[in-house]
Amino acid sequence: MRPFTFERPTSIAAATLAASQLGGKFIAGGTNLLDLMKVDVERPTSLVDISALPLRDFGATAEGGLRIGALVSNTDIASDNRIREAYPVLAEALLNGASAQLRNQATAGGNLMQRTRCPYFYDVFMPCNKRQPGSGCSAIGGYSRLHAILGASRDCIAVHPSDMAVALTALQAEIEVHAPSGVVRTLPICALHRLPDETPDHDTSLAPGELISAIILPPPARGKQAYRKVRDRASFAFAVVSVAAILDCSSRTVRDVRLALGGVAHKPWQPRAAERALVGAPASGASFEAAARAAVAGAEPQPGNQFKIDLARRLIARTLTDLAARGG
Amino acid sequence: MDSIIGQGIDRIDGRAKITGAAAYAADKRAPDMAHGAIVTATIARGRITSIESTTARNTLGVLMVMTHENAPRQAPFQARADDRHARPKPQLASDEVQHFGAPVALVVAETPEAARAAADSVTVVYEKSAGVFELGDASRDAYDPLKASEGESSDSHIGAVDAAFDAARTRIDAIYTTPYQCHAMMEPHASLASWQNGKLTVWSSLQLIESAHKSIADTLLLEPDHVEVISEYVGGGFGGKLPVHADAILAALAARELGRPVRIVLTRQQMFHVTTHRPASIQRVRLGADADGTLTSIAHQSLSQSARADEFSEPIVNATRSLYAAPNRLTSQRIATLDLPVPDSMRAPGEAIGLLALEQAMDELAVALDMDPIALRLRNEPEQDPEKRVPFSTRALVPCLTEGARRFGWDRRRKQPGTTRDGRWLVGMGMAAAIRGNFLRKASARVTLKSARRAVVEMDMTDIGTGSYTVLAQIAAEVLGLPVENIEVRLGHSGYPDTPGSGGSFGASSCGAALHDACTKLKARLAAGEGAQGLSAEGHVTPGEDYKKYSQFAYGAHFAEVGVDETTGEVRLRRMLGVFSAGRILNAKTARSQLIGGMIWGVGAALEEEAVVDPRFGAFITRDLASYHVPVHADVPDVDAILLDELDPHANVLGSKGVGELGICGAGAAIANAVYNACGARVRSYPITLDKVLPTLLDRME
Repeated sequence: MRPFTFERPTSIAAATLAASQLGGKFIAGGTNLLDLMKVDVERPTSLVDISALPLRDFGATAEGGLRIGALVSNTDIASDNRIREAYPVLAEALLNGASAQLRNQATAGGNLMQRTRCPYFYDVFMPCNKRQPGSGCSAIGGYSRLHAILGASRDCIAVHPSDMAVALTALQAEIEVHAPSGVVRTLPICALHRLPDETPDHDTSLAPGELISAIILPPPARGKQAYRKVRDRASFAFAVVSVAAILDCSSRTVRDVRLALGGVAHKPWQPRAAERALVGAPASGASFEAAARAAVAGAEPQPGNQFKIDLARRLIARTLTDLAARGG
Repeated sequence: MDSIIGQGIDRIDGRAKITGAAAYAADKRAPDMAHGAIVTATIARGRITSIESTTARNTLGVLMVMTHENAPRQAPFQARADDRHARPKPQLASDEVQHFGAPVALVVAETPEAARAAADSVTVVYEKSAGVFELGDASRDAYDPLKASEGESSDSHIGAVDAAFDAARTRIDAIYTTPYQCHAMMEPHASLASWQNGKLTVWSSLQLIESAHKSIADTLLLEPDHVEVISEYVGGGFGGKLPVHADAILAALAARELGRPVRIVLTRQQMFHVTTHRPASIQRVRLGADADGTLTSIAHQSLSQSARADEFSEPIVNATRSLYAAPNRLTSQRIATLDLPVPDSMRAPGEAIGLLALEQAMDELAVALDMDPIALRLRNEPEQDPEKRVPFSTRALVPCLTEGARRFGWDRRRKQPGTTRDGRWLVGMGMAAAIRGNFLRKASARVTLKSARRAVVEMDMTDIGTGSYTVLAQIAAEVLGLPVENIEVRLGHSGYPDTPGSGGSFGASSCGAALHDACTKLKARLAAGEGAQGLSAEGHVTPGEDYKKYSQFAYGAHFAEVGVDETTGEVRLRRMLGVFSAGRILNAKTARSQLIGGMIWGVGAALEEEAVVDPRFGAFITRDLASYHVPVHADVPDVDAILLDELDPHANVLGSKGVGELGICGAGAAIANAVYNACGARVRSYPITLDKVLPTLLDRME
């Protein structure tokens, strides 16, 4: 960990301005940033603590959805009755992530801003394009069991670790962002994280100093929701593969479906082809199986993670089948 | 009056631990203390050509940078020494790099933050050499270890194994692999060193005080009486704190150079390379049996990693020599030299991974014979030790098997895999036998009466979380006729009488027997009319002929029920029971805790633990607890251990045997066998992660 300055501004304008300076970085719960600073991967020269900012609101929107301030803790979101009843996929995703202690400390915005996970990214002495553009990707040809099978590039095969972001993708949430210029914009969650392409050093589309101020949930979707996370132990492990699914059926026909996958790509992965194939199809095992195949059709695995294709396919089909069986 | 020994009383150090009053090595403070941070090698083999540390030296608060260019003179390393934990462990002694992550520099500063930041700025340039990092690649050069463990030879051969195997009606011939594992104890390695008047005191986190004392004194070329080593509380060791590591030696060297105390705490990431690990293994097991399950041949051959820097041979096949009867037998232990860190003992070295292979092979044989796996084991119960050909001191494997089967509800197990289900879970049961060698080591103890009613026990034994403080207090209380709360136990100081320390499950028996002797002598002198206050006696124990005349092991049986997710292949433990027989139990509560802890290690070995080597870098890649998985609470929902009544009159005066490692022995195999019973997946490559189960499910369902 290297020396840094620390400030705790009380206005969003001051915070975004401070963090937009070279070497500036926001800190909220710190559950990922501090780890990365200790292993010398993140080297901010100034930390801008946003905990004094007025970002803890958690209430209804005029459109019938919910607005979750960026500083609301993961625990508070997961245990909120409005979330549990109308957005159960989000509560399930949060409770499947990290540990109780981390969820108490971690914030909504911080959850989204986690860096991708890769052991080579975490060791500053190994080549990594994310850490040091142009140095090469050590995961390719290395230990890649947990890496991407979709949307990866020749420069990076890391996956995004957030469970919450996967659920938010299925829910089609929006992210509210404050820029240092004072401009406030919203973007769909699917536009927040990005694929690695040739610039894997950028995990998100945010510009320096841009601050997530809130997550906005649309009015509750029709249908049943589920989050299924496959992992190497029963708790406190990142997803090998996960799926967030919202399935709306009417008289044994799929009226609408939304899917998002975790653990397969540099961002929550939306299998659009699978969704399109299902709308209007019979809510049957055969339809779900066909959709699941479509979801992984373009997968390009590493030698160490080919199993993820079968795993993701089976998980999607099973989750949809279980949701259909729940009725409604 | 009921015996105090054996009662499941609470740990006498429990309050100090939960209130934070118990000071572990990294909790220790000394006036004017400085902080060290270690810089580690980023190549696996080669030479340091230059070290650029100007930035580090100019960093505010930095006091010194130590490298091989300016490190003080130390005794040379002696490879293959008799007591490998007591020999010199020189640090920064040359420009040679023998493995990735080896210490190459030390930065000492006023604060830990400054030390670490400066350490990050040190640039080392290397000249790399090629290395060998994969056990399979090195198998051509496998060799017979020069020093096999525990006084046993690396080979045994009785009868005509190949002929008997070829002639057998039912045969199993399978290869099993186990990965590198790391101790991953909760408390990191840490040391604080302080010099006063030419004498060195090192507070460290250690299992073996006497060995550490000799190692530190010899490394620094000091007279033994100029060195004191203290380790009062240890937050888990599991073998990883048997040796002295770089933290202790570098702290001592830096403290002498600076003339002020220096503390060094290893980071979690450093622990994977700076300390030791359990070697990976490749094991071949061949079993031949008659139609009724009688074994006609047993062959168990192991290959495991050793290191160029030093030799270590895990005694993987030793327990196979004593577990089952068979007229034709062969065991062999081979090692191969890789350019990885030096492996060393990790909880139940040998049995822990040897039984992962043997006890899964026995399950495969039971399936091939269409026989119940418990019945197969009962069929092959030996009357005496099948290779040593001496009687067992005690052997209660059969009662462990039958009592365990009854309590676990083994009769509800369905033989056919995939036929029991609970929702999306395919449910299966598995079992395995447990066996662990019992050892007694030379030990001494001193007991002193502070008054007629209060006694102080002193010995250099450690309590690594096992309950040493408590069982020793119980033994002294019982022999002296005093309440436990009137016994003060002082451990972990090199100035106290020598013990073998904590390791190999010999600690409680060896130290307990020595203390029993001391208390008995003290009592005799009291009876002879000597005054109580200040009266002191020393006691001793030395292993006798009974360890040659009898085959001494502790035994047990594991029963596991797992669920396998029929879609994803995820394996989750549902419940687990171990029934054990380990001589007289010194404290029912701490013994059960140790056994349960061992069983949970078995869960980790079976399903989760793997330190992955990337051969391109010659390094362990999974270097934190997010990527090196050990079980979490949710993985171990219902684990219980039962202890059968036993007393081993040949073990020691107390009749006790070690329990610290017994719980892990066989535990992972019971889980592997339950996975097979649940879904039909026979995974011979540990750990049994979902990707290895998935192909069987694909075949089953599609």
